[in-house]
Amino acid sequence: MPEITYREALRHAMAEEIERDQNVVLLGEEVAEYDGAYKVTEGLWKRFGDKRVADTPISEAAFIGMGIGASMLGLRPVMELMFWSFSTVAWDQIVNNAGMVRYMSGGLINCPIVIRGPANGGTNVGATHSHTPENWIANVPGLKVVCPATAYDAKGLLKSAIRDNDPVMFMENTLLYGEKWEVPDEEYLIPLGVADVKREGTDVSLIAHGRAALTALKAAELLAAEHDISAEVLDLRSIRPLDEDAILKTVRKTHRVVLIEENKPFCGVDAQIAAMIQEKCFDDLDAPVLRLSAIDAPAIYSPELEKRQLPRPIDIVAKVLSICR
Amino acid sequence: MENTHTCEFASAPINAGLQPADKVLLLREMIRIRRFEQAALKSYQGGKMGGFLHLYIGQESVAVGTCSLMGHDDHVITAYRDHGHALAVGMNMNECMAELFGKATGCSKGKGGSMHFFAPDKNYWGGHGIVGGQTPLGLGLAYGVKYKGLKGSAMCFMGDGAVNQGCFYESLNMASLWNLPVIYIIENNGYSMGTSLARSSVYPSCLAERAAGFGIEWDTLNGEDVYEVRAKVQVAMERAHNESRPTVLEISTYRYYGHSVADAKHKIYRSEDEIERYKQLHDPIQLFKSRLIEEQVLTEEQYDVIDNAARQEADDSVRFAEESPIPSEESITEDVYFEVDRQTLAGRTGRHFFND
Repeated sequence: MPEITYREALRHAMAEEIERDQNVVLLGEEVAEYDGAYKVTEGLWKRFGDKRVADTPISEAAFIGMGIGASMLGLRPVMELMFWSFSTVAWDQIVNNAGMVRYMSGGLINCPIVIRGPANGGTNVGATHSHTPENWIANVPGLKVVCPATAYDAKGLLKSAIRDNDPVMFMENTLLYGEKWEVPDEEYLIPLGVADVKREGTDVSLIAHGRAALTALKAAELLAAEHDISAEVLDLRSIRPLDEDAILKTVRKTHRVVLIEENKPFCGVDAQIAAMIQEKCFDDLDAPVLRLSAIDAPAIYSPELEKRQLPRPIDIVAKVLSICR
Repeated sequence: MENTHTCEFASAPINAGLQPADKVLLLREMIRIRRFEQAALKSYQGGKMGGFLHLYIGQESVAVGTCSLMGHDDHVITAYRDHGHALAVGMNMNECMAELFGKATGCSKGKGGSMHFFAPDKNYWGGHGIVGGQTPLGLGLAYGVKYKGLKGSAMCFMGDGAVNQGCFYESLNMASLWNLPVIYIIENNGYSMGTSLARSSVYPSCLAERAAGFGIEWDTLNGEDVYEVRAKVQVAMERAHNESRPTVLEISTYRYYGHSVADAKHKIYRSEDEIERYKQLHDPIQLFKSRLIEEQVLTEEQYDVIDNAARQEADDSVRFAEESPIPSEESITEDVYFEVDRQTLAGRTGRHFFND
């Protein structure tokens, strides 16, 4: 199976969907002639032309709102935010318009829009460019949110997101854009709401999403090599809808769980999952549910310290050892 | 002078072609809006509905004049003062009144309320509560029309307060840059809630003039004259249809009630004399009624018949709303996700709601 990068996987997903459906358009800052600020859309403008791939001014509120309005008429815009951090200036459009219009119209209108872009810390760009708003978004009934960790997942999930008839907020990671994974040439889809066991294990469950799932995999290797602990790694992939069955299944299998995310701890995605586990798997647990999040402060610039601010494999190992000994 | 002005617009091609019955219909639609809202006000004051009630009374000629021009691919979106546009595009009083009452038979099944009426089958895209928040959506409707290769437009209504929201200017820039057939219609009733135009906006001559900075054609209209509304909006619509270019129009108008019915100070931040002067001299219904009598296409008796029918229709809609059921508790989580409502494979995969 060929190996391609995370960014190529996203690009292939968009190209395939543009070819498949004439209502799919790519819009955003620098997505066309500049070939994408992070080269995700490289070559697509040359290949598909102005009508299907277009550069917008730096006006997130207007162009995101424009995409929402167009989606109400049946287009399927795929909107790029150069950073999900910039969603704050389009927040009214995303939350009040994309998120609420179906409900407030009693189901008469729907918004088949995808808003995508990187949502991660760890690149020393300061706090305003390092937000991870998956928990903010997941708090809004009406919106969906997806956080792929690998190229394979990114492609399959983006294709499903574009075909979905609800607004899907698709959160990528600049640290992963250049990483390679095996991705088949033939078409495939990954449904939203299905988590993925990225490593089987028996002693403890590491539940994570986005890049934290990869950190969990590294921690699982350390745990096996150095502590003879078999960790299972569950990658949520999709936050809302959420694969509750997969979460409960792994907890019932290992009886110990550490939840890891690069988000901040207060009302993070893992807070919701911890509540769900204690309520539904209380008797299955042999230890308290532990959480490991980014250190609770705005994303620090200092390159060495920012590495420390996000969960590292050794931090996960320490958490696991505290409940597995 | 005023008569000359009116005659000029009465003879504009879009009005000259009106049959007597068409003219009476325009008047009838304006009366229906007023009687609907008066009935709604009575019920609101009687504690029958919740939330806010932003009345359109005094501005009826704007919604009726503009919406009367709509063709198959012309769309409308507006802000929270949305009852008039809803009736003008053809929504019926029952579904609108029931929505105000929060009933299952409401146009949004009781999920939207006064500020959130929608009828996409009539090209009516709401009904939006956040000031100026609908201006990018209007841009998107115009973009969608153009993308599909249709000869149409999007009329995006907004108040004079909304002109100071940033996303409006972002939208004007993109509308001009991308040649989108959007018509921004500022319904200037003089007050952004309790703050007068002079205290909220800088305007050398008018608000619409701001469009000039974006290379967008603009115009001002006297909203009390439905002929003028139709004549000038038609120019913008032709520009949208034939040149795919945007327009900004500023229509001077007036609301007789407060920002909402809950606006207790509306006779403090403006004088009773001012309100009375508008009612006596500038009421769009009375002016058009006189005009049609002058044109001998209407008699006082016919007017009374129309008015009584509108009152009856409004009263009937109150009865319909009162007798309608409240939405079921289960319906709280319906109409959130398309895929869940339709129980598609996507809607059946993963957990979408987090109750229990």
